[in-house]
Amino acid sequence: MRRPGVVVPAAILLVLLIISAFPAFFAGLFGNGDPRVCDLTRSIDGPEAGHPFGFDVQGCDVYANVIFGTQSSITVGVLTTGLALLVAVALGVIAGTRGGWADMVISRLTDVFLGFPFLLGAIIALNSVAERNVWSVSIVLALFSWPTLARLVRSSVRGVANSEYVLAARTMGLSSARVIGRYILPNAMGAVIVVSTIMIGSVIVAESTLTYLGIGLEAPAISWGLQLASAQSKFQMAPHLLIFPSLFLAVTVFCVIVLGDSLRAAFDPRRTA
Amino acid sequence: MIRSLSQRLLGLVIVFFGVTFIIYAMVFALPGDPIRALGGERPISDTTVAALRAAYHLDDPLIVQYLRYIGGLLTGDFGTDFLGRSVGEQMLRALPVTIVLGLSAWALEIIVGLGLGIIAALRRDTWIDRGILITTILATSIPVFVVGVSAQLLFGVRWGILPVAGDKAGWPVAFILPAAVIAIYGLAVVSRLIRTSMIDNLGMDYVRTARAKGLAPSRIVGVHVLRNSAIPAVTFLATDLGYLLGGAVVVEGIFNLPGIGNLLFSAIRAHEGPTVVGISTALILVFLLTSALVDFLHTLLDPRIRHD
Repeated sequence: MRRPGVVVPAAILLVLLIISAFPAFFAGLFGNGDPRVCDLTRSIDGPEAGHPFGFDVQGCDVYANVIFGTQSSITVGVLTTGLALLVAVALGVIAGTRGGWADMVISRLTDVFLGFPFLLGAIIALNSVAERNVWSVSIVLALFSWPTLARLVRSSVRGVANSEYVLAARTMGLSSARVIGRYILPNAMGAVIVVSTIMIGSVIVAESTLTYLGIGLEAPAISWGLQLASAQSKFQMAPHLLIFPSLFLAVTVFCVIVLGDSLRAAFDPRRTA
Repeated sequence: MIRSLSQRLLGLVIVFFGVTFIIYAMVFALPGDPIRALGGERPISDTTVAALRAAYHLDDPLIVQYLRYIGGLLTGDFGTDFLGRSVGEQMLRALPVTIVLGLSAWALEIIVGLGLGIIAALRRDTWIDRGILITTILATSIPVFVVGVSAQLLFGVRWGILPVAGDKAGWPVAFILPAAVIAIYGLAVVSRLIRTSMIDNLGMDYVRTARAKGLAPSRIVGVHVLRNSAIPAVTFLATDLGYLLGGAVVVEGIFNLPGIGNLLFSAIRAHEGPTVVGISTALILVFLLTSALVDFLHTLLDPRIRHD
């Protein structure tokens, strides 16, 4: 676990998490910390002292907006993955341990939701959502993310459920809740945690893409996707509007993916790379 | 064999009906009345509304509407949108652009992804390998619209090497940038899959035997190792082709290419239910067929895999 592939991205992500927990403090570091204090006369002006990332189209401080954007982007990523994981573990455990009818119904349901191209399903669903805030966007994204995890939980639960120590636990007369909670789940979750970690990254990308298309988060929310969407006609004159939100977005996602990859390597001693 | 095949087919049918019904329900449960919206600001008389609703069968129960729609599909009829245009014809017009774009991106994924993967595996744990790894992860961390817009600004606007948007310049000039932008994600995945499985295979006994026999290294890698390492990448590439042919909503939008993705997105925004459902249904068909094809390819490439 002490390899640099785990430590470095984990440290950067920790910093980003702290930023997203206390955005007001970090936004105020250069003296202009309110993302909603704007001066139209400064529209798309470049970086200067006190405004290290320059001004956006409305003349608001880009640095403060990017810092506050950390919150909603990371929240959507974590919330979506959490919701998806919850559904996936519940359904995957039922399908993996019960078998029979329950397994068949759940597996078919999983197949149906896997049949949606992700972006298509999300676009259509979000288009019929009345108010698109962090919660509703996360729920829609989770609706199309759980099947991958559920399939994974099911197959690893099935693999573990037939092993000898589980059989031993059952023979000892432990309740099935205890067998699942103490013996099956802890041993089946390795691969699931890895894929969930990487999923946080893809969800953050998906949120920004949907927001860019105009069907993700909407104002008054502050997110990297919204900043990029509202500035898209000005990128040529003011590249700083493109660079800074993208930079934060890319670094966050990059660290999440690298962390997931390194965890995979740590969990799987067979692969050395 | 027949049993597993028919089970597989039954699964496909269930997924097809499940997905199309959910999409149908979501699209036609959208807020807003598409018929009233036809009139824009001006009110439409109730009799006209009633006539139009009857013409589009909008007052039937959802399941009846859905079954009627599927019935039409079986005869190749994708229906008409609320402006009376044939959905099938609109799709046919958008299809060539999307196919050209998708296949160009696919070719890039294969050529560049395979090349990078092989280089990384042969130069394992050198700075070349790490460079390729970091670059490919980084490329997948940046959202496609950021890459698209940046590429458009640099190559199109600032340096003027390639067209900024549109398909006027024809293939390949007009498609180089958008195809490259779409291909980035896929080629990153392909190169990593190839690298991992090649490294696994390079350590196998049969490679040592081949070396001991004095076979040329290029032949060992090119024929034996590559063939045995191809399965994960081939699986991904086949599935990915299904996605690519579904049109790239974001990239077609940025580069203003009149393909399926563009058509789908404008239809969703205009609440053109029939067009949305038509395109989605076609996409899902393509997607399901490619995934069935993947399973078939599996058994072909690796005789040990049996689907039963």
